[in-house]
Amino acid sequence: MAYLELKNIYKSYGSAQQKHQVLQNINLEINEGEFVAIVGFSGSGKTTLVNLISGLQKQSSGNLLFKGLPINGTSHERGIIFQNYSLLPWLSVYQNVWIAVKETFPNKSKKELDELVKHYLDMVNLSPASSKRPKELSGGMKQRVAVARTLAMDPEMIIMDEPLGALDALTRGNLQDEILGIWEKNKKTALLITNDVDEGIYMADRIIPLLPGPNATLGPEFKIDIPRPRDKTALNDNPVFKSLRNEIIEFLMEIGNDNNIASDDRYDLPDAEPKDLRSEFQSKLTL
Amino acid sequence: MNNSLSQKTTGMFRFIGLGFLEAPINLIQGKETKKNLSLILKKIVAPLVSFIFFIGVWQTGSQYLYNKEADYRIEKARQEQGDEAALLMKNCIQSGDVSCQPNTLPSPAQVKVSFFKLLEDHRLISQDKKAFKEKTAALNAQRKSEGKSIITYTGRPSFVDQIITSIKTVFAGFLLAIFIAVPIGIIIGLSETLRDSFNWLIQIFKPVSPVVWLLLVFMIVKTLTKDSDSDSSFIISFISVGLCSMWATLVNTTMGVSTVDQDFINVAKVLRLGSFQKIFKVILPSSLPLIFTGLRITLSVAWMVLIAIELLAQSPGLGSFVWEEFQNGANDSNSKIIVAMFIIGIIGFLLDRIMLAVQNVVSFNKNAGN
Repeated sequence: MAYLELKNIYKSYGSAQQKHQVLQNINLEINEGEFVAIVGFSGSGKTTLVNLISGLQKQSSGNLLFKGLPINGTSHERGIIFQNYSLLPWLSVYQNVWIAVKETFPNKSKKELDELVKHYLDMVNLSPASSKRPKELSGGMKQRVAVARTLAMDPEMIIMDEPLGALDALTRGNLQDEILGIWEKNKKTALLITNDVDEGIYMADRIIPLLPGPNATLGPEFKIDIPRPRDKTALNDNPVFKSLRNEIIEFLMEIGNDNNIASDDRYDLPDAEPKDLRSEFQSKLTL
Repeated sequence: MNNSLSQKTTGMFRFIGLGFLEAPINLIQGKETKKNLSLILKKIVAPLVSFIFFIGVWQTGSQYLYNKEADYRIEKARQEQGDEAALLMKNCIQSGDVSCQPNTLPSPAQVKVSFFKLLEDHRLISQDKKAFKEKTAALNAQRKSEGKSIITYTGRPSFVDQIITSIKTVFAGFLLAIFIAVPIGIIIGLSETLRDSFNWLIQIFKPVSPVVWLLLVFMIVKTLTKDSDSDSSFIISFISVGLCSMWATLVNTTMGVSTVDQDFINVAKVLRLGSFQKIFKVILPSSLPLIFTGLRITLSVAWMVLIAIELLAQSPGLGSFVWEEFQNGANDSNSKIIVAMFIIGIIGFLLDRIMLAVQNVVSFNKNAGN
């Protein structure tokens, strides 16, 4: 039995007359300890899928099983890292993590909780900033707080909804390594939602494309047989990586093109000859 | 060290709304002369010019009205009693005799005189009060030990006393508004059903005029205080002020609580916060800025309606001061009313400044968490 199981998931918004189907016929199985990435275009229903798995929203039909039991609301067993960090701006970095651990471990003493918060802030290298407010932090630091907050709750499964989408390439690379390091250490089950194919291949064991919506559904999966730990610079020359990357991108592009072919109209452009202005400029330059 | 100190002071000045004093202070310290000179021109000289212009318009206007009123009086005397009486009236007006002064919009100079007169009056009454207290101290101590009620000063309140009474009333009303509007706003904001069921009530009562609220409160308080012989005018006016002004806070609190950012709600769900924690750690902090915007409007409305309510309820305070002076019709009554007008305006401005400062302290950058 799979760890997380999605069977024939449908999700639509709106009333019966004006139904807006977002997800259809989603089938997915994730095993314990696996790192799975779902890649898709923006607006393809990725966040809806995350909300369903985390329990923030309910599916319209189909079965969502976590460890064999149907998912009913959120749970501390499934930690989620949001795309927009979602830190509480009126709390300090420390308090943002504190409120999470206090809720998760109500039986621990104040001192134990304090140690826990400090441990995870240390893990994401944010100890010096622990008394700062989120607005004083950079995007990367904010996301690291969000990572620390989620990890501090010690979830069995980590769900990441485009966690690094808003960050610059350098910070992104660093955080990818940090998250991978933490995952390898704890061997938690991880689900990464992303729009970056490279990121998916670098981090995950399996990549599953989410075909663009409306009526988004999952495409065929791609297994990534690149041994860990993976080296980002060496990866660029890895033939497996290159062929996988081409395959996935080609697949996504094709789907995208199929969706976009809406008209076959041809437009004839005016047949204009460029005028040679060199002589004019030269005469001006000599002045 | 010196630099950080001056930075702190300018920060303070800016905080309490005296930011315009920054430039002259910097100039005295010899910093950035050119920039500060132009700042002084903009922040101090320009308002000063507009103030002088204002006084000028006022002076000209009051002069015109004075002449018109004087002409009318002379003409009336001529028509009713003949030329001789008209001449007498003219001389009387020119001599500045109190008995025949034209009663119209007072000039700035008259208002200034009245202002100092009111201060002097306050000084005299305070002395009187103090003397009375000293005189009755022994007697009161004796009465107290005998279990009798003590003798209190029952003389006329001074202008300053009236101001203090008004401020007390407005704060009592403001506190009442907070205690009613904030909890109800939170409760209504949390539940869509409650919002729907109470919306009609809010929408209908919000635009009701202060006068009607006063009458309503009067009806209720009059019956409730039938047994006691205490003065209920203070109670009536502060409750009316509270009821008139609480709507802005109620509406803003409801809106703030009901429109918390979905991201924050999701966080609360994912962390599985209990409902108590969710309200106090997520919903309330995120709606604080809106609540305080509501409180600021409430305080300014409270001050505005207070004057009208005191005027009608005959409870002591600036409103009744204005009304009494108007009824009084003494020849300096009009200028006293204008003094009261300025005092009311300035206090209203200061109250708003205080609320603005508080609002700045509690509000956070809304997009900071994202």
